[in-house]
Amino acid sequence: MAEPILEVRDLVKHYPLTQGILFKKQVGAVKAVDGVSFTLDKGETLGIVGESGCGKSTLAKVLMNLERATAGQVLYKGEDISRLSGPALKAVRRNIQMVFQDPYTSLNPRMTVGDIIGEPFEIHPEVAPKGDRRRAVQDLLDVVGLNPEYINRYPHQFSGGQRQRIGIARGLALKPEIIICDEPVSALDVSVQAQVINLLEKLQTEFELSYMFIAHDLSIVRHISDRVGVMYLGKLVEIGTDAEIYDHATHPYTQALLSAVPVPDPTGREGRERIILSGDIPSPANPPSGCRFRTRCWKAEERCSTEVPLLAVPEVLSGGARHDSACHFAAEREVAAAS
Amino acid sequence: MTTALEKTTAAKDRLVPGTPLLEVRDLHVEFKTRDGVAKAVNGVNYSVAAGETLAVLGESGSGKSVTAQTIMGILDMPPGRVTAGEILFRGQDMLKMSNEQRRKIRGRKIAMIFQDALSSLNPVLSVGYQLGEMFRVHEGASRKEAKAKAIELMDRVRIPAAAQRVNDFPHQFSGGMRQRIMIAMALALEPDLIIADEPTTALDVTVQAQVMDLLAELQAEYHMGLILITHDLGVVADVADKIAVMYAGRIVETAPVHELYARPAHPYTKGLLRSIPRLDQKGEELYAIKGLPPNLYKVPAGCAFNPRCDVATDLCRTEIPALHQVTDRDGAELAGRKSACHLWKETLHG
Amino acid sequence: MPDLIEKNAPAQAVASAEPKPEKPRSLGLDAWHDLRKRPVFIISAALIVLLIAFAIAPSLFTSVDPRAGDLRLHYLTKPNYLHFFQADWFGYDGQGRSIYARMIYGARASVVVGICVTAGVTVLGGLAGMIAGYYGGWVDTIISRVTDMFFGIPLLLGALVVLNAFTTRTVWSVVFALVALGWTQMTRVMRGSVITVKQADYVTAARALGAGTARIMFKHILPNAIAPVIVVATIALGGYIATEATLSFLGIGLQDPTISWGIDINSAQKVIRTAPFALFFPAGMLSVTVLAFIMLGDAVRDALDPKLR
Repeated sequence: MAEPILEVRDLVKHYPLTQGILFKKQVGAVKAVDGVSFTLDKGETLGIVGESGCGKSTLAKVLMNLERATAGQVLYKGEDISRLSGPALKAVRRNIQMVFQDPYTSLNPRMTVGDIIGEPFEIHPEVAPKGDRRRAVQDLLDVVGLNPEYINRYPHQFSGGQRQRIGIARGLALKPEIIICDEPVSALDVSVQAQVINLLEKLQTEFELSYMFIAHDLSIVRHISDRVGVMYLGKLVEIGTDAEIYDHATHPYTQALLSAVPVPDPTGREGRERIILSGDIPSPANPPSGCRFRTRCWKAEERCSTEVPLLAVPEVLSGGARHDSACHFAAEREVAAAS
Repeated sequence: MTTALEKTTAAKDRLVPGTPLLEVRDLHVEFKTRDGVAKAVNGVNYSVAAGETLAVLGESGSGKSVTAQTIMGILDMPPGRVTAGEILFRGQDMLKMSNEQRRKIRGRKIAMIFQDALSSLNPVLSVGYQLGEMFRVHEGASRKEAKAKAIELMDRVRIPAAAQRVNDFPHQFSGGMRQRIMIAMALALEPDLIIADEPTTALDVTVQAQVMDLLAELQAEYHMGLILITHDLGVVADVADKIAVMYAGRIVETAPVHELYARPAHPYTKGLLRSIPRLDQKGEELYAIKGLPPNLYKVPAGCAFNPRCDVATDLCRTEIPALHQVTDRDGAELAGRKSACHLWKETLHG
Repeated sequence: MPDLIEKNAPAQAVASAEPKPEKPRSLGLDAWHDLRKRPVFIISAALIVLLIAFAIAPSLFTSVDPRAGDLRLHYLTKPNYLHFFQADWFGYDGQGRSIYARMIYGARASVVVGICVTAGVTVLGGLAGMIAGYYGGWVDTIISRVTDMFFGIPLLLGALVVLNAFTTRTVWSVVFALVALGWTQMTRVMRGSVITVKQADYVTAARALGAGTARIMFKHILPNAIAPVIVVATIALGGYIATEATLSFLGIGLQDPTISWGIDINSAQKVIRTAPFALFFPAGMLSVTVLAFIMLGDAVRDALDPKLR
């Protein structure tokens, strides 16, 4: 592993809130992503979990350069790509691609499957010479497990799982090194989710891909990820290997999130200890001072409202608990056998 | 508060425990569209008793929501059409009732909670008004009484500062709070049965847990029957007493919750449970049910699941399996366990 | 690892083995299949085809010169309804010209004005709407305000003012006036439609691939945003024909020797008591034409409306 293929430093994305129709003036900002740093290694899968409004989808958009970062850097092999535009940006796009959540809206209904998967080649003609494109599209269909003869069909003739395969084929067309998957299976039927997860894993080995896998389903994230980052209100609150996060979580939010996930096993459900968080996620336009989780945290003290906890390894902890956590009182939770 | 509570519980207790509150018998529903006839529900049987939680588990197109809409009498007809079956509420067939009789049951005796709370609430009326409306319309309460009851209900579903928020509009509440308001609305007339159609699917995990807990608690408190319609095996495992698994408009398996998870008796259930990522499978390929969910315009002959089934035989491809009573190895009947698989024995014991 | 892929293979084969039952066809074809079954569409389309045939080759339908007047024939010569397709089928107008021939020849002005104005407003307004919707921000603000300003001007009144500036008015001056005043209607429709489509994931996906503005606009947004514009344009076409007739009736639109139903209606109104047929035929023709386009628009809307499918 070792060399990071992607490095994100203090990434910030604020959406200005404006008032007025003709003369707009800024009255505030939605702090969708507010200082996020992490690295992604070659061939690695980094899972990002969090609830709606935590900024995980905005993060994906900024990494894809679909939204301009307000501040911070996105280093692809050491080069900052967050400020690129024009041909330089277009060149970088060949290496970072995306798979979208909703297979029903991510495919243009007026284009055939062949046109959809072939479009990357039209935009980047250097990848596949004109005569080879049809062949290349059919190969891609084959790779994602679809019949290559479907090339002239339209998206509405496919089911959700098949459409997601088409979306994956489009993402693969340019032979990227990094694929950002934004909730790639959450819109699919349960029995089809596993198929798509398997396909993604197969493709990862086959093409040596690095994945950033954004999802809210913790069990799927654990299955596919090497490392996992947990986001809350625009910040990473904890990041570590999957075992560190799932078995030795030290941030209260991670602990609450893990305990709230319904376990598909009724055994011992009466005795299961759950942290039920009170209240809702505060608005990202007006996040709490200090630690953003403090309004819902049972550990919160005076210090949490004044001092922003940094994402760092808590010195006092040992073993699996020694990983980055942004809490003043980071500690593993004594669990009464949470299964 | 406690006395009111005791009174309601006492009233409900007159029902003999265990008698089905609602029983669906051999229900068939079709949709006629320009693409043909879609057989959405093909002979569904289930029942739920007071105080019991029945989870109806299925994927999109399994007919789980259509069945619920038919029970509520809110199915769009046309294109929908009930072609056969009975829906017995306390022994009376609701499908034979007049519209007037059904309307009396709807809301008052059977209430429904939907997935999308925002579109189920009227955006131009305050939530207090909408909650109070139930009392004004059904019980002839005055404006003031209705408002007081609305606040009480909002308290009951633990909306903080209910008295101040009673005049707020739906969009001023968060998703979780709106779903609580929907629950409050369903509870308003203390129904005997609540049908919850994916009540937490649109919510975040931490909020989902709050809402599910509340729902389970209120159900116990009011001793209501609950039909929980969901696709989420996790939610089901958390709250259900018994489960009916649906596939292509049929019940393929029914079982008490613990037994279903421990020893499924239908390959579809087994496949679903196996396809959930587990800790010990890390890095391995997930088990995946092959193929696609069925097309309701062209349900496969025989068992609808046969093209996706690992153990299907020729029999499965020709003959629709009946819902067999499931027995243990010695032939003793397992209470509440049925499976619509020709090979249920092999699936259960093998 | 090859083992893993092999294990996966049968599952995938099945995933792709079950095709949906429909034949492959585009959404446009889908709409066409739907339209073919609608009687409203068939009737209106037949009428429009006939009308266009009148406009292109009027001499196929009558050999009479619509401008040749014989004052002896005048209004008092009653129509002879059994003389099919002949000069006196519908009688003669005040200058002794065949009403039937003028009805046929009058289609040209109406069709040319209708089609050219619609094409003009759709291209001009559609482009403005697309730019406003796509770029947003101050571009949108400016275009939207201009649109609002134009919306304040009643079409007829505005056309009266514009056309007054021309000394000789031809079909093209009427087209110019109507396009200049009518384009904003399409701008609004297109802008709204583009804003909705712009947010679709497939547009984001194209941007993520590195697609340029032109490709995104014309390959992704336009085909998906055009449907409501087509519907509005079809319905508006009938309206433009009616407006042309109204302007000509008022004496501010087309002038002799151009043949227009509006001019004929105007000259016939003075003799409505003695020769009602002179008014009835051009007016009836105009109504049927406008109705045909409105019905066509309705049918197209139903066929393109995704909520009904």
